[in-house]
Amino acid sequence: MDKKTQTALFEYLLRLGDDHLVLGHRLSEWCGHAPILEEDLALANISLDLIGQAEALLQLAGEVEGENRSEDDLAYFRDEYEFRNLHMVEQPRGDFAQTIARQFLFDAMAWHLYDQLQTSTYQPLAAIATKVFKETTYHLRHSRAWIHRLGDGTAESHERLQNAINEYWTFTGELFFTNEVDQILMEQGIAPDLKQIQDKWRTMTTAELEKGTLVVPEDGYMASGARLGRHSEHLGHMLAEMQILARSHPGATW
Amino acid sequence: MSDEKKEQEKSGQTEWPLWEVFVQPKFGAPHEHAGSVHAPDAEMALQNGRDVYSRRGEAISLWVVPAVSITATTLEDKGPFFDPANDKVYLHPSFYKVPRGVRNL
Repeated sequence: MDKKTQTALFEYLLRLGDDHLVLGHRLSEWCGHAPILEEDLALANISLDLIGQAEALLQLAGEVEGENRSEDDLAYFRDEYEFRNLHMVEQPRGDFAQTIARQFLFDAMAWHLYDQLQTSTYQPLAAIATKVFKETTYHLRHSRAWIHRLGDGTAESHERLQNAINEYWTFTGELFFTNEVDQILMEQGIAPDLKQIQDKWRTMTTAELEKGTLVVPEDGYMASGARLGRHSEHLGHMLAEMQILARSHPGATW
Repeated sequence: MSDEKKEQEKSGQTEWPLWEVFVQPKFGAPHEHAGSVHAPDAEMALQNGRDVYSRRGEAISLWVVPAVSITATTLEDKGPFFDPANDKVYLHPSFYKVPRGVRNL
């Protein structure tokens, strides 16, 4: 692998891994707080899936980088501006409708993305994608069911979910951000074309939101910059909590 | 919103229905009762059953059944339903010699 591809692939794997790590952490904040016991377990399970996926993706990122950094080094010893996750996943967990809106919009993208990544020409990534795709299929089934249930539920659940969808819509433009990193990897069949995934994502989200009697928002202002390390104020606070143990006791084991 | 749901909302009913969960551990084995979950509909009941009773790989198939659909005997039925069997030894297949080497009988 030439140097240019290596650098691009490291950057790309950070995007994937950081999305899953940060979203997994945000979901874990529901543990003990979900509306009902069954949902508490469901969200904790999905959170653990995401953190496991982040572990695999960041481990691979470290190998590609070749600087001897482990997945833990990347998760716990990078600062905010070095994270490549989307704005969407770093937002505070909000109420249950906000959590479901975010999860559904993300799952619908991830499901199409990892479906394609299963045929990546970079074999280690294709192998991870096969596992991620299977788990994401379940996550999507879960978040989609709640979109239907809350959207076509009571007046209050409908209003809350519609507001949450409107709010999170401003973060969806970034789901399909591409730059030269994607270009380099696409040319070699390592990463798929996000433009095509965007079309499929839009078809799916439109159909499911309408099934939940929700209105698909107009595309207006869209958040940007997080893929380049420009984050909202929320990520720093989250990382402080997530990283403090590892940084206070480097190399600790239990 | 469907009429049924409007009715539910008006009545202030906030507790979700109870579903009984049955887990099949492997092909050919019977579905066994694992416990119950609350859920607003059948799909959610399946998902909740999956998360509560099969997340450590205990199942290859799940059934969920609305608890109200199950007809059960009552405690008062216990005597008339089950006691007579106790003094009828001929109902038990204990008068045969089991050939050596036969297991699982």
